[in-house]
Amino acid sequence: MRAMVYRGPYKVRVEEKDIPPIEHPNDAIVRVTHAAICGSDLHLYHGMMPDTRVGMTFGHEFIGVVEEVGPSVQNLKRGDRVMVPFNVYCGSCYFCARGLYSNCHNVNPNATAVGAIYGYSHTCGGYDGGQAEFVRVPFADVGPSIMPEWMDPEDALLLTDALATGYFGAQLGDIVEGDTVVVFGAGPVGLFAAKSSWLMGAGRVIVIDHLDYRLEKARTFAHAETYNFAEYNDIVVQMKKITDYLGADVAIDAVGAEADGNFTQHVTAAKFKLQGGSPVALNWAIDSVRKGGTISVMGAYGPMFSAVKFGDALNKGLTLRMNQCPVKRQWPRLFEHIKNGYLKPSDIITHRIPLEHIAEGYHIFSAKLDDCIKPVIVPDAS
Amino acid sequence: MPYRAEKPERRLSSNDLRARIPGWGADLDPKDRPAVPKERFDPGATGARWDFPERQEEKWPRERSIEHQFLTPVFGTSAPPKGLSGAMRKYSYKKYSEGRAAHWLLLLAADRVDAWESHLRSFASLRPDNPITETGVRSEFTHRGLSSRFGRKRADVNHEWLDPIIVGAPWAAAAAIAAVAFRALARRRA
Ligand SMILES: [Zn+2]
Ligand SMILES: [Zn+2]
Repeated sequence: MRAMVYRGPYKVRVEEKDIPPIEHPNDAIVRVTHAAICGSDLHLYHGMMPDTRVGMTFGHEFIGVVEEVGPSVQNLKRGDRVMVPFNVYCGSCYFCARGLYSNCHNVNPNATAVGAIYGYSHTCGGYDGGQAEFVRVPFADVGPSIMPEWMDPEDALLLTDALATGYFGAQLGDIVEGDTVVVFGAGPVGLFAAKSSWLMGAGRVIVIDHLDYRLEKARTFAHAETYNFAEYNDIVVQMKKITDYLGADVAIDAVGAEADGNFTQHVTAAKFKLQGGSPVALNWAIDSVRKGGTISVMGAYGPMFSAVKFGDALNKGLTLRMNQCPVKRQWPRLFEHIKNGYLKPSDIITHRIPLEHIAEGYHIFSAKLDDCIKPVIVPDAS
Repeated sequence: MPYRAEKPERRLSSNDLRARIPGWGADLDPKDRPAVPKERFDPGATGARWDFPERQEEKWPRERSIEHQFLTPVFGTSAPPKGLSGAMRKYSYKKYSEGRAAHWLLLLAADRVDAWESHLRSFASLRPDNPITETGVRSEFTHRGLSSRFGRKRADVNHEWLDPIIVGAPWAAAAAIAAVAFRALARRRA
């Protein structure tokens, strides 16, 4: 089969690989019809995530058709069209039994501090991902869902991470009616978090970024009020000014490890990998929120320490909430919202790239060329 | 303003927002939010029919965090450790817990070694690494490389000059070392 393969920082190519075999009785092999590149794939691409090995196939956002099932699989059969959440999880451990699917303890031998994610380094379990023609899906009776007949495949693709994560981020903010919510980052997850904040009753939604084309999307797609931090000497002061010097009630960090905006933090973290990620956006969130407010973090950070302004968070009495999204928990409700027309996730897709051109796809997305917001990979386009 | 007790006046009332934004308030009640409460004991909800999953076959001594009691029943098989980088990785897993910076720094160092081992191995193969095609830089010419960056107030342009150095410098250094070695070898022959 053809598969994207990591060759080292900033380098990927398409190679011939063996079709993955069934390794466990509850595995399925899925033929990928749509995959996506995610902002968090860029942390791997830039060599920021420890134990990212040459030869690995990335891609935790994908949908496809069941090609083969292991002997103990009961809920799926060959030919089923499935959507697969980015979390690999067993369904039965202490954490899964409590709904914490992203924190499963039975699928990632390499670490206990993080669950398992398709195509996301050995720190997250060493599973190959879906930027390929075929992918191994463990616990096929637990993770995947059959795609509803009425659903647009590109909407289904975005449900495997970006939309579910953005919506989850808004939930972590514990929004109450009329709250002012500020979202840092207008990438796919930030756009969905902004949009979801309205569903939860926000009174005002503000989005901060430095890319004008993404801020434009935040205004049209997510009805948000927007600020380009590159236009302000100090974005924290600007946030205070526009909130009557009170600060926002809720701040959502939808940026994570690659945050720009502070040269030193960016270079030590994103360039020289000496931190678990650049905490610029997180620190802005801590400073911009009101005392007693809530911070929600869904930006991806690595396992290493980061220079976070913990003292300010303490002294302001903030509640910090964070996790990887337990994707499948969100699905029934999100299906309803899509059906009702409240959400149209595929509106954010800007680029559709054949698998054979994936090196260009990564570069365009990483360097933010051509007003790219969300690139989708189509394995059989060529 | 925060100097008085009352919340500042809202610009738009909930009714205004409901009229303007599709779905406004659909999940106003936390009970309608699917991940609330965060933990809910419901093992039957996942589709798992096992109490402890059957174990996947271990085809090589699979490295694992020493914070795990045993090898997890299911694991990825993407890229088994090999070469010097593999030895570094196995050592890091065997020696240090996830709480130790040494664990992660050693793994990151192994990643850099792995990339260079793999580059060298590729030159002995039918498909050597190609820094042009594999970095996708050709898209600079096909996808508005210049106009996407300049005159647009982007913050990341401030440090993008570092990228070619980080990517290119090790290759340039390797080429220089190879040239010096080649010349030394040629001189010894002469
Ligand atoms: Zn993702
Ligand atoms: Zn589990």
